[in-house]
Amino acid sequence: MLVFLLLRLTPGDPAAILAGDAATAEQIAAIRVSLGLDRPLAVQFAIWLGKLLSGDLGQSYYFRMNVTALIAQRLEPTFALTALTMLLSVVISIPVGVIAAWRHGGWFDRALMGFSVLGFSVPVFVLAYVLIWLVSLQLGWLPVQGYVRISENFALFLKHLILPAITLSVIYMALIARVTRASVLEALGEDYIRTARAKGLPELRVLVRHALANAAVPIVTVIGIGVALLIGGVVVTESVYAIPGLGRLTVDAVLARDFPTIQGLILFFSAVYVLVNLLVDLSYAFLDPRIRL
Amino acid sequence: MPRNLLIAALLAGFACAAPAQEKVLRVVPHSNLNILDPVWTTAYMARNHGYMVYDTLFGTDEKNRIQPQMVEKWSESPDHRLWTFTLRSGLAFHDGAPVTGEDVVASLERWGKRDAMGQKLMTFVERMDSPSPGTFRIFLREACGFVLEALGKPSSNVPFIMPKRVAQTPADRQIDDATGSGPYVFAKDQFKPGDKAVYLKNQKYQPRKEPPSGTAGGKRVYVDRVEWNLALRDAQSQVNALARGEIDIIEQPAFESYEPLKADKNIQVVNSNPLGFQYMGRFNHLHPPFNNPKVRQAALAAFSQEPFLRAQIGVKDLYRSCASMFTCGTPYGSAKGSEVQSKSNVKKAQELLKASGYDGTPVVLMKPTDLAAIGKLPDVAAQLLRQAGFKVDLQAMDWNTLVGRRAKKDPPQQGGWNMFFTAWVAPDIWNPLTNPAVGALGEKSWFGWPSDPALEKLRDEFARATDDAKKKALAEQIQARAFEIATHAPLGEYVNPLAARRNITGFVTGPGNLYWNIKKN
Repeated sequence: MLVFLLLRLTPGDPAAILAGDAATAEQIAAIRVSLGLDRPLAVQFAIWLGKLLSGDLGQSYYFRMNVTALIAQRLEPTFALTALTMLLSVVISIPVGVIAAWRHGGWFDRALMGFSVLGFSVPVFVLAYVLIWLVSLQLGWLPVQGYVRISENFALFLKHLILPAITLSVIYMALIARVTRASVLEALGEDYIRTARAKGLPELRVLVRHALANAAVPIVTVIGIGVALLIGGVVVTESVYAIPGLGRLTVDAVLARDFPTIQGLILFFSAVYVLVNLLVDLSYAFLDPRIRL
Repeated sequence: MPRNLLIAALLAGFACAAPAQEKVLRVVPHSNLNILDPVWTTAYMARNHGYMVYDTLFGTDEKNRIQPQMVEKWSESPDHRLWTFTLRSGLAFHDGAPVTGEDVVASLERWGKRDAMGQKLMTFVERMDSPSPGTFRIFLREACGFVLEALGKPSSNVPFIMPKRVAQTPADRQIDDATGSGPYVFAKDQFKPGDKAVYLKNQKYQPRKEPPSGTAGGKRVYVDRVEWNLALRDAQSQVNALARGEIDIIEQPAFESYEPLKADKNIQVVNSNPLGFQYMGRFNHLHPPFNNPKVRQAALAAFSQEPFLRAQIGVKDLYRSCASMFTCGTPYGSAKGSEVQSKSNVKKAQELLKASGYDGTPVVLMKPTDLAAIGKLPDVAAQLLRQAGFKVDLQAMDWNTLVGRRAKKDPPQQGGWNMFFTAWVAPDIWNPLTNPAVGALGEKSWFGWPSDPALEKLRDEFARATDDAKKKALAEQIQARAFEIATHAPLGEYVNPLAARRNITGFVTGPGNLYWNIKKN
């Protein structure tokens, strides 16, 4: 309801946007009527809510498509980009964080801290342009833009997604690596680590089975929180790399004051966020037997 | 030798066996395509989509002359009231149905309810009919001098011809069926709004024999499909993609991109729209201070064009000052009545403002922050107005907020406005009937709503005139009157050439980007 009202209070008229530059005020008014925007807000809200309860997110003003179908059409690129980004981030940053904690104060640890600061500071679009210039234009290894569906050609799908995923994962890697380092560092100071080492366990086993396992809860939490960060980053990344995903759709819908699409997207993102948090909460019990659901 | 022969035979065999590679033209259009009804909206993307899919009765050639397109021949009664048209034989819609006079009549009726020039034409039309499948007639109540200009109108809204069943869609509702008879077939199943629009070569299209010229002449297609990349809208990413050959054409590169584009030996910059665009500042005639013509005159005197063009475009080769409201270099382009602006200076503006009785009411200028093509104009206007003695309230907003706000007739203090800026492609403003800024029907006019019976009387006379010399004289009078009451401020003209890979040839000059005659070598 809040989103519904906020959108209506925002300046901008979807009818005027659709009508084109040379349209008259009368033509715009006619379009407003056809979109139902001339009705009282309470009536508009009741209609939208009624449709929502029956699973219908409404019809996009701008794209002239059912919003559910529109979101479904754009889901794959964003899902693929997000999944690859998370995979890259987790696979790289957790071992790096563990090593940094293990070699606390050494050159590797300092390098990681420097990288973290850089990862947080460099805007996503700047990093994207630098990577495009280097990897695509100078080395010619990967395409500059675009998206190929996984069902069309898997190799091309990966080729088009690697650069955007690297771009997006840098900030995410910085976040996870820092939290991993801090958590593992704390765990390494615990008595059970000393005991494990005293028992003569190999260092790798100490680090993974004892230190990392006990540091997992905050790491998983930050991975969950990072999903929200990813949703923001996806908007910029999809714009620069011309990926027709939900981020790009959000930008288009907001610029066009496409109320049904914006409402549908906010609902969708909220649901994803709630779901991810639920999964994170459930994982606590798996990771730490002391936690009961 | 036998070994060489064997290799040659094998190669020949492979050549025969391999399917011919599909020629795909990959284009980044100037904006997003979301509306597929070029009669319902005036958006240029819908117009360009229309030129792909539909055909027109007449076209406008490179020299701005009206030429027959779907029409084979036509005649006009001596009293100019009955027009009879015969269609070319062999015209067919994409579904195979022949194009008939009934399709034409239905299409013109729908267009006549939406388009400003079409609406004007319909005030003269008594009725239209189709006495036989290949002909149609227009009966006028009284003679008017713009029948062919209206039917060959090259820019929004273009009178595209649709099948009768589609054209019978109410004019206030968008069509759902993109069946046309133009050089391309719209691949509706491959259309992904915000991602990609695909046009396939219409194998059955029969082009005219004449060479292509503007929107007239033979529309020959040399590629198998055209793909509009609707997702690639970041200016720098477009340049990068063109440099790598991932796309073939950028319709409207950012002005700051021309230098790197020209430096790339694989890229050419082509000006296929030499008449280009005109910048315009529009006054709101309903509210103070611009409800006072003397205040508008003072603002006009402050607005010499060069500062606007230099700030906005920056590249000298791409802009020019132009005193005409009807596009310089076109039949009605003249400097008549423009002295107040063309010989302007700050001192004169100050004097005019003092004499106008301006009471210091702030002028609300709307500045779009997300539209690079016009974003600097309000800043220049604000500075020039301040120098002339105006108080200025420069309000920043995104373009679509501006578009919504400019439709409001409320006073500026209650969410209205005093001035906004925009740009028009030449054919939209080169005629006193199509130029929305010189309409002066008060609240029925285009945003800004000027009201001036004298100007409307001249426009009516223009519509009725059938003699070219008289039309030109009337156009000059209209412009002089428009400058006198300061309907708006023309702020100069510019071109925005396309950028393409060097292997792309055959660009056609026109009001937008036309994709026939183009070869991908």
